[in-house]
Amino acid sequence: MAIIDEQLPDLQVNIGNLLLKNPVLTASGTFGYGREYQAYVNLSNLGGIVVKGISLEPRPGNLPPRIVETACGMLNAIGLENVGLKRFIAEKMPFLRDCGTQVLANILGDSVEEYCILAERLSEIDGLAGLEVNISCPNVKMGGVAFGTNPQMAYELIAALRGRSHLPLIVKLSPNVTDITKIAQAVADAGCDAVSLINTLLGMAIDIRSRRPRLANIVGGLSGPAIKPVALRMVWQVAKAVKIPVIGIGGISSAEDAIEFLLAGATAIQVGTANFVNPQVSVEIVAGISQYLQESGEANVRNIIGSLVIS
Amino acid sequence: MLREIGRLIRRDLLTEDILRLTFIAPKIAAVADPGQFVMLRIGKSHDPLLRRPFSIHQTPGDNSIQLLIKVVGKGTQMLAEWSVGQDVDLVGPLGKGFRIEGPEPFCLVGGGMGIVPLLFLAKKVLQKFPLLRLPVFLGARSANELNFLAEGFNEPGVDLYIATDDGSLGSHGLITELLANQFGAKPGGLRVAACGPYPMLKSLAALCRRLDWPCEVSLETVMACGIGACLGCAVPKINQKGYAHICTDGPVFDAEDVRWR
Repeated sequence: MAIIDEQLPDLQVNIGNLLLKNPVLTASGTFGYGREYQAYVNLSNLGGIVVKGISLEPRPGNLPPRIVETACGMLNAIGLENVGLKRFIAEKMPFLRDCGTQVLANILGDSVEEYCILAERLSEIDGLAGLEVNISCPNVKMGGVAFGTNPQMAYELIAALRGRSHLPLIVKLSPNVTDITKIAQAVADAGCDAVSLINTLLGMAIDIRSRRPRLANIVGGLSGPAIKPVALRMVWQVAKAVKIPVIGIGGISSAEDAIEFLLAGATAIQVGTANFVNPQVSVEIVAGISQYLQESGEANVRNIIGSLVIS
Repeated sequence: MLREIGRLIRRDLLTEDILRLTFIAPKIAAVADPGQFVMLRIGKSHDPLLRRPFSIHQTPGDNSIQLLIKVVGKGTQMLAEWSVGQDVDLVGPLGKGFRIEGPEPFCLVGGGMGIVPLLFLAKKVLQKFPLLRLPVFLGARSANELNFLAEGFNEPGVDLYIATDDGSLGSHGLITELLANQFGAKPGGLRVAACGPYPMLKSLAALCRRLDWPCEVSLETVMACGIGACLGCAVPKINQKGYAHICTDGPVFDAEDVRWR
């Protein structure tokens, strides 16, 4: 008997008040401002897009070389190159507003005040479904990761932001800490709607012939399949430690990878570096999750979230 | 810009480390312009992870694309082991290619593996301007390296000028010197399109600036995505803050727009 539409599994998930048509988002910094992937992906098939991190003023980014491939991964030190708030609203939002999926803005600043201005301005415009607060970029000197490695600073930042925006707030966490659950608990206590993790792991590569670092920034963020086991472990730990939804990120390259994160407790996932390898991978993952649910006799993706069996 | 699963139909080992691969990829071949590139996935495994960018050498039969690849590392070594008939995951054609327009006569300058995209360009230029004499300057380390790279340029309309570092073929010396000797004193403008090693492009840019010739150069770098998302392929721009990106603003740039280091 042919499978009819009603039998397709329900893929919808909620992140606080934010309803996603499926649990697959694209990770900030790997999907541009959406338009870059329009030729490859029907964007409306995605659960959502998290756009490249936005700062108050445009940032030129770091000196090249900015990326280097490593075993099953890559290091990057882009340095948060972005068009800045004004141009983002004027030039990028018109396309994003009509792209057919939920759009989340990733924001970053050097001070609490900068984050607050960004959150306020972005909350005033149409078309954004939420904010992802980046407190975890390892590639800039100021701000960023400074907030992400100190629970008290993280708490104060998110508490301040909570008072300035009605949009769902997702806090993107750094793995470069001793105990990620401490930061997760702090931002949950401060009133955020969800946490997303992990950002890149700080790493390094050296050219032994020139004896120079391969990145101009010397160190950079490691991403890709190499970091997946670390990310999965952290997602599992954080999902147990907080009551708010967790969004899993880190080396997800296939539906199987995504399902591992869902089983570990992630309510949604983000696809990052894999977008570079296969520009269509995000929608392939959506289809693969649906197929897995059908094969497992699950009518609803929410049934498998956190369903890890530990005997 | 599209993703196409092509098929390897021909594989020629030109030297012990230079490979010529021909893929059936009709969708990409139909819209490719000279100077554009494809991102080629090496394998299905995670290592090596990233696609590799290769400029298009030519589009034989209009339904296939040909790449000329030098084996330099793990990824290209794996390509060298591919066999005819296998599928290949391509994204392309990407980037901004060479401008093919008048009024000045064209001149192509290539060095080493940078010669690769110029065959495609030469063919398109001669197609568009059939009555043109097209001077093509090709340089390499030695005759061994240059012989196969110069293959295909023996078209009617092409005036070939050759230089090698060791003098084993053509003039002994730099290709930019040969260009200056041949055309530097002649009246009238020349539109230069070039691809090659950075020092060659840099001295060519200086020569063209002195002679007031418009010059386009194709740059290369490591890139992760090839489509403007990763922002990894940054190159400093002159007269303006920040960086251009080789994958979307290039790989072909006006030489005057590059901050040569």
